[in-house]
Order: sequence, then structure tokens, then C-alpha cells
Amino acid sequence: MTDLTELTIAEAKKGLSKKEFSAVELTTSYINNMQAKHKLNAFVKETPELALQQAAASQSKIDSGLGGELEGIPLGIKDLFCTKGVDTTACSQILKGFVPPYESTVTSKLLSAGANFLGKLNLDEFAMGGSNETSAFGPVINPWSKEVPLVPGGSSGGSAAAVAANMCAAATGTDTGGSIRQPSAFCGVTGIKPTYGRCSRYGIIAFASSLDQAGPIAKTVEDCAIMLKVMSGHDAKDATSAKIAVPDFTKVLGQSIKGMRVGIPKEYRVPSLNEEVASYWDKAAQMLKEQGVEIVDISLPHTKYALAVYYIIAPAEASSNLARYDGLRYGNRVEGKTLDEMYVNSRTAGFGREVKRRIMIGTYVLSAGYYDAYYLKAQKVRRLIRDDFIEAFNHCDIILTPTAPSAAFAIGDKSMQQDPINMWLNDIFTVSVSLAGLPAMSLPIGLNSKGLPLGMQLIGRAFDEESVLKAASILEKQVAFRGVK
Amino acid sequence: MSGMIIKGKTGDWEVVCGLEIHCQIISKSKIFSGASTHYGSDVNQNVSFVDAGMPGMLPTLNEECVRQAVKTGFGLNAKINKYSAFARKNYFYADLPQGYQITQFKYPIVGEGFVKIELEDGSTKDIGVERLHIEQDAAKSIHDISPTKTFIDLNRAGVGLMEIVTKPDFRSPEEAGAFLRKLRSIVRYLGSCDGNMDEGSMRCDASISVRPVGSKELRPRAEVKNVNSVKFAMQAIDFEARRQVELYESGGTMQQQTCQFNQATGQTKFLRFKEFSDDYRYFPEPDLPPLVLSDEFIEDIKKNLIELPDAKKERFVKELGLTAYDASVICENKEMAEFFERAAQGHDAKKVANWLMGDFFAMLNEKKLSLEESPISAENLGKLVELITQNVINGKTAKDVFAIMAETGKAPEVIVEEKGLKQVTDTSAIEKIVDDVIAANPDNVASYKAGKTNLLGWFVGQVMKQSSGKANPGIVNQILKQKLG
Repeated sequence: MTDLTELTIAEAKKGLSKKEFSAVELTTSYINNMQAKHKLNAFVKETPELALQQAAASQSKIDSGLGGELEGIPLGIKDLFCTKGVDTTACSQILKGFVPPYESTVTSKLLSAGANFLGKLNLDEFAMGGSNETSAFGPVINPWSKEVPLVPGGSSGGSAAAVAANMCAAATGTDTGGSIRQPSAFCGVTGIKPTYGRCSRYGIIAFASSLDQAGPIAKTVEDCAIMLKVMSGHDAKDATSAKIAVPDFTKVLGQSIKGMRVGIPKEYRVPSLNEEVASYWDKAAQMLKEQGVEIVDISLPHTKYALAVYYIIAPAEASSNLARYDGLRYGNRVEGKTLDEMYVNSRTAGFGREVKRRIMIGTYVLSAGYYDAYYLKAQKVRRLIRDDFIEAFNHCDIILTPTAPSAAFAIGDKSMQQDPINMWLNDIFTVSVSLAGLPAMSLPIGLNSKGLPLGMQLIGRAFDEESVLKAASILEKQVAFRGVK
Repeated sequence: MSGMIIKGKTGDWEVVCGLEIHCQIISKSKIFSGASTHYGSDVNQNVSFVDAGMPGMLPTLNEECVRQAVKTGFGLNAKINKYSAFARKNYFYADLPQGYQITQFKYPIVGEGFVKIELEDGSTKDIGVERLHIEQDAAKSIHDISPTKTFIDLNRAGVGLMEIVTKPDFRSPEEAGAFLRKLRSIVRYLGSCDGNMDEGSMRCDASISVRPVGSKELRPRAEVKNVNSVKFAMQAIDFEARRQVELYESGGTMQQQTCQFNQATGQTKFLRFKEFSDDYRYFPEPDLPPLVLSDEFIEDIKKNLIELPDAKKERFVKELGLTAYDASVICENKEMAEFFERAAQGHDAKKVANWLMGDFFAMLNEKKLSLEESPISAENLGKLVELITQNVINGKTAKDVFAIMAETGKAPEVIVEEKGLKQVTDTSAIEKIVDDVIAANPDNVASYKAGKTNLLGWFVGQVMKQSSGKANPGIVNQILKQKLG
């Protein structure tokens, strides 16, 4: 029998409905793989008993023909999603041991569709990081690592690594500045950040509210489409979720892209762009051209400000969103003689370096006297960045860029540790899209000379995930990328 | 000018004062969550995950609170802003679970307006309203359960508040007192706040400064927190203004500061200088989109607006002939005004007003009853006045009837019938008594005829006595004058 964990969601669904294997067998295979690959540190909480219970329930639904769209599919859940009765920590010391008495909207949609949860996946603390090294549970190891352990990217590093290593059929991720796309690229898997407002943020631990979006990380474009359809939809509990109907994203897959206009932004040819990445970018454009698209040169003139704008707005919102972790009502408390002392002690012990750095930046840019120069200015430039995309989409239907300027780097990389700006530069191709609230997908394009995967990013108009998925499905077929052996 | 002048050693000073009033919005559920607002529930019973600031929880706006704010805006003769937006006010305190308060900052829902106040000398003054915005209340700290611990009751956390800010238009404690009473009356009329200052559902801060009479400058002010009754607000303004005059006159300088009010002594106490106060790092609330009101929404509220105290008062003066003073006293309380209107229906409204404000108020006071508990119904009070107007009973008898009504709740015509109190208006019967009295008192008749005309009253008294008080005093007078020539 083939290794069930190598199946895509689409294949597994077929196998389950044809009774080639049972939901319990499928889940058991994943549990075995999850436990065999502990050293990758992808899961921070495993729930095998729960997954098996859910699988058994799924099987009886399949047997009676009542199975949902993800019936019996074993998933991993980024530990930023609150899961009722299961530890949810955001990989922060301050929330270790926290068990939410409620379920996030996205995970409850997945559960209603019949998915089984294998456990919670590692991430950068409060999703702040691009390498998964800021996690209070330690870094995840990229399954593509050879001599030295490599980072899986971040913040959804556990999600991307677990999917790449077949430790789950697919995973949930969240993306604030690239946290789905960059780790997907680093781990050779596929991930989509949908339009801001497509998925409910209810029950997802907030990092930067105006940027955070949930999305899937999966083995294929089709699996992403299946997952995204279930995860999406208006939610009365999130005032920023969009009242826009959710299409069947799988319907457009494989459809002809002839005549589609694909934009190539000149500003993305940055100095830090790795040569191999640049040549894969050309290659991807060529592949699409062969499928009948028109390649259009476009300009996103405010791109150079995106990183600066992002690192003002995201920390500003984060500094406020993280104020609730004060040790008072839940999470870890370190006592003090006064209320203020307790706050200081709890937060000093509870937050890691990167989180503290961002809280301080955010507090600073919102302070009286600095607000206009930083936060307000950043909001204005954010508008210009959004307008860049609106203008660009007058000339093209989707935009093609690399996902990240380089492949995965080593855990503990000195240049990244010494200067956080170097770490933040990983987000250079992804943050603009987040600031504009647009949908974007990363899919593997090939391996570099060191045998490490690289990703391409496809960006669409707001709420036009379909064009992104359609083009991605065609490109995916041309690339014929093979996962980690 | 109705202002207070403080006679100082160096000259005359005037007080400049503005008020900030927090009104708890009457609504079934809290402003950003579905939890109940019921007052008097057991501690921490009305708390949702949103109110407790749990991870991943999001606010959703309660439309009823918006409706109440717009209604109140109309009550303040103010501009309703079709576009308003929420902001976060960031600070750490144990009664603030999220670590920030959701409020409105740059864009309040209600803009400038005014409230007309009536002063004791019969003059009126328009007090400018700067703005009204909506926000959430904090939790309640309970300090008196344990000597070393503070307990938090989250029932109040998230209850909707309207913060009303006036212009610095008050020139005396009396004006501020009149404004608070008027505002309370307006919100009670509208049903947007119960106005109970002692229960904390209406709370007031006063900003106070002084300046030499004739000067137009605005000097540094003291913000006196929590002056939670009309009396305390007036005391605080009086005390603080005099303190500042003394300070200036003794060569001191005033710095912007925050003070506390001591209810026991009626004095203000310095808390902190403004420059050391918190920087609240306001920024737009990313979890809530801007609040945009449709014309229909605003029009619908306007259309269904009840008659407000000013309009009612004007109508009572114009249509029912009441004095401005009587009308404003009666209209201060909606229930009282409605009681009056029912009583005056079809009867002499001015007389009804006199009875209402005289004997009726005195009766309620004496019996310590509320209006709803009154043994005398509005209809019966009207009928009593009608009996006087129709000369069925005279004024003196009416007082006796009123007393019986207050004891028994019986209708006045029933009492008059049962006790045989109808006044004698039959002139021949009265003539007979007059003749008897004249015949029995020849000396006094002689004196009267000699010019001692003030004996008329004595004769009237004699006749009334003979008739057991039932003779119509007007007719008695008339006949006596004729007969005594």
C-alpha cells in the first residue's frame, strides 16, 4: 500500500469515498508520521486521541453518505487559532497552558466540514518573525535541511514544515506580512493568503488586526482551493469580515489562462534579489507566456516604502493588541508588590525579545509627538501603496513576483540575529500585498543549486482569488515540482 | 449675566467652567458584545469572552447604542455626523481587560449643539455642546473586600457610554447645576440613559479655571474628577474657583492639573499635573470599520423622536397659558409633564398647574410617595379643579376635599356628594343669612356705614360661618355690599 500521507486532500477524499482506506487508517498514518518526525519540532501540541475520535466519527459519516467537504482529512492547526479545550499559546511563554473555552470561526468551519485535527503547529511568537526562531518552543527545522538545520520560514513555519514533511494533509496558517507565503516558499509547499476580510479573524490571536488573514498551506493548488473554500465566508463576529459570497474556488482550476495579462513589477528587482531567484522569475513568466498569457511590465512605485510602513503599522497595532496579556485574567502571572510591578514582571518573563522589540516600536510610533511623523504618515503611504496596485491592475489581471529574495537560511544565521532588519528584508515581496489587503499565493517553482526550494508569488485583485488560483494551477502543472523526498 | 463674581483682594474674578458627562446608555446588551447590561446582577455574571479581553476576541458594534446616541444628539440640538470612527485609548489598569478602551476620538458620532438652561431669576442661557461620542465603560474595582487585594467585577466592562463634552460656557455653579438637571431630564425623556448619578449611570467631571472679570483669556484649568451629583458639582466649582483666586492673589501660578473631589468636605484635592499624565496613544480601532449612518437611519430616529422638555414647555406656555417658570418645573420630569397634561385635559390648565405645584407636590412630599404611587389620579385632580371652576365648591372646601382624596383616593364629586359640600349659590338663601347677620349686629353695621369699610371681611366671615362654609364667597360679598350700601 502507498504511504497515505503522500496523498493530496483531493486524492485522499477519493480514496475515502471509494473505501480504499478508512479515515482512521488515514489519520493513523499521519499520527505515525507526526510522531516519527518529532525532531522537526513542527507540532507544539499533539492531539492524536482527539484526531482518532474525530476520524472514527468521520468514517461513520462517510459510510452514511453524509461526509463534509473535508470529511476525515487530518489537518494541523497553527497555534494562533483558538481551539476549544486544546492548549493555544501563540508559542509564547505568557500563554503557555492557556486552554480557550471557545473555537475560532475558521477552525470551527473546518471541523464542521469534517476535518480531523492532529494538533497545534509551531510558529514565531505571536506570529512575529520570519524564521520560526522566536517561538517559545524553539525553532522548527525545515524538512529540506541537509548538513545544517535550516529555518522553515515564518511565522507559519510549523505549518509549512508539517505539510512539506507529510505530517498533516494540510495546515492552517495566518499571514500578516508574508507569514503564509514565505514559509511556503522555504518549505516547497503551496499557500494562499486570501483577500483581507475573506476569512473571519474571530478566535485568531491578533498580531496586527488590519493585516492579519488566515489561509491554508497545502501540498497543491487544488488542496489550497478546497481548504480556502471551507475557511472563507462572512462572520457576524468579525466586523472586518467581508459580506461577499464565497465561490467554489476549485471550479477554475486548470481552466485556460489564454489572454490573461500577467504583470511584472520592475521595482521588485531589488539589489538583495538572489540571482537564481531572478532567473526562476523569468522562467515562470516564460512558462505562463507559453500558456497564452500576455506579459506586461508594470510599476508599483511606492514599493520601496512598504517595509518601513509595515514595520510601523504592524508593531503599532501589536503593541495595543498585546496589552491584554497582563497576567491578570489568564496566562502566566509573575507576582509583584503592586499592580504595575505585576504587569512588568509578568510581561518581562512572558514575552520574548522580538515581541518586546515590536511592542516598544509600536508604543513609540503611537506616542504623543511621534504619532503624526510615524503612524499617520505610514497610513498615508499605505494608501499610496494600495493605489499603486489599483493602478497596476488597470493593465494586468494578476502580478507575478518571487515570494522571497532567497531560499531558506540556517537556523541561528548570524546576519539575521545581529541585525533584525536583515530578517525583516525577507518580507520585502510580501508586505506590500498585505498592506494593500490583496490575495496572493506562493507555489514552488523549483530548486536552487543547493537543492532548496524557491517560491513564486501570484497576486490578484481584491476578492479575485479565482484568477490567482487559476493561473497557479496552470503554472503548477508546468513546473511539476516534486516535494521533499 | 448670571455669572458668579468672586470678590478678590485685587479685583473681581469670574469662573470659567466646562463639563464632561459620561452617560451609561440604556441598551439590553453591551456596546461591543452580546453580554447583558442588567444592573444588580451577581458579580462577573454579565461577561462575555470579548468583555474579559480573551485572546482572539473581537468587538462588534451594538446598533441600539448607536440609535441612542443619535437620539441624544437630537436632544442636544446637535449635528449628527454621518461618518464617525472608533479609536483605541491605550492604558494599563486592572479594570480595563483589553488594555485599551474603544472610544471615538477624532470623529465623534455627534458634533456641536446646545442646551438651553433656565436660571432661578427666570433668565435662560444656551450652553454649547462640543461633542458627544460613544465608548465602552471599564470594569468596577472593589477595594473594600480585602485589606490587601482589589477585586474586579467585569459586569460593567463594555457597557455603552455616551461622553458629552460641553464648551467652557459655565460662569457659575448654578449654571452647571441647571445644566446637569436639564441634561438628566433630556436623557430621561429620550430613554437613552436613566440619569441616576448616585448609581453612577451618569458621571461628571468639571474643568475649572478663573480669570479677572473683563478678560477673555483661558487660564490653566483644574479637572475635577467624579463629581457625581448636582450638589457636588456645584460645590466643587465654587470651592475650586475660590481656591484658584486665592492662589493667584497670593502670587501663585496655576498649572493644568487633575483633582479629586471629597464629598465629605466639599473640597477639591490635587492629584497630578497634566504633563505627567498618561499618553493614551490613540489610534484608529482596526477591528471596527468606520461607522457610516444612512440618511434613512437618521431620519427614522428623528421622525420617531418624542417631544423634548423645551418643546413641551413652550407648548404649555403658548397653548395652556402657563408661566415659563411653572412650565419648566413641570416639564423637568417627563412623567410629571404627562401627569399634568392628563389632569389639565378639558380643565383650566393654569389652575391645574397651581394645584399640582402647590398642594399636590406638598402631599407627595409629606407622604414620601413617588408620582406613580400618588393616591390622587391625574383625572381626579382635573375634576377637582373643574368643581371649583364651575362654582360647585369654593376654594376652601376644595382643600378639604383634596385632603380626603389624598386619604381615600376617591373621586372629588363623590366626596362632595357624600359629605354634602356643594356650595350654596342660591341668592335668596344667602340673602336670608345676610339679613340675619345684619339684623344681629347693628353696632358693626353703624361703624361700617360710618366709613369702617374693612369690616366687610368680618361680615363675610359671619355669613360663611352661618352657611357652614358652603356659601359662595363671591355672592356673599356682592349681597353684603348691596345691603350695607
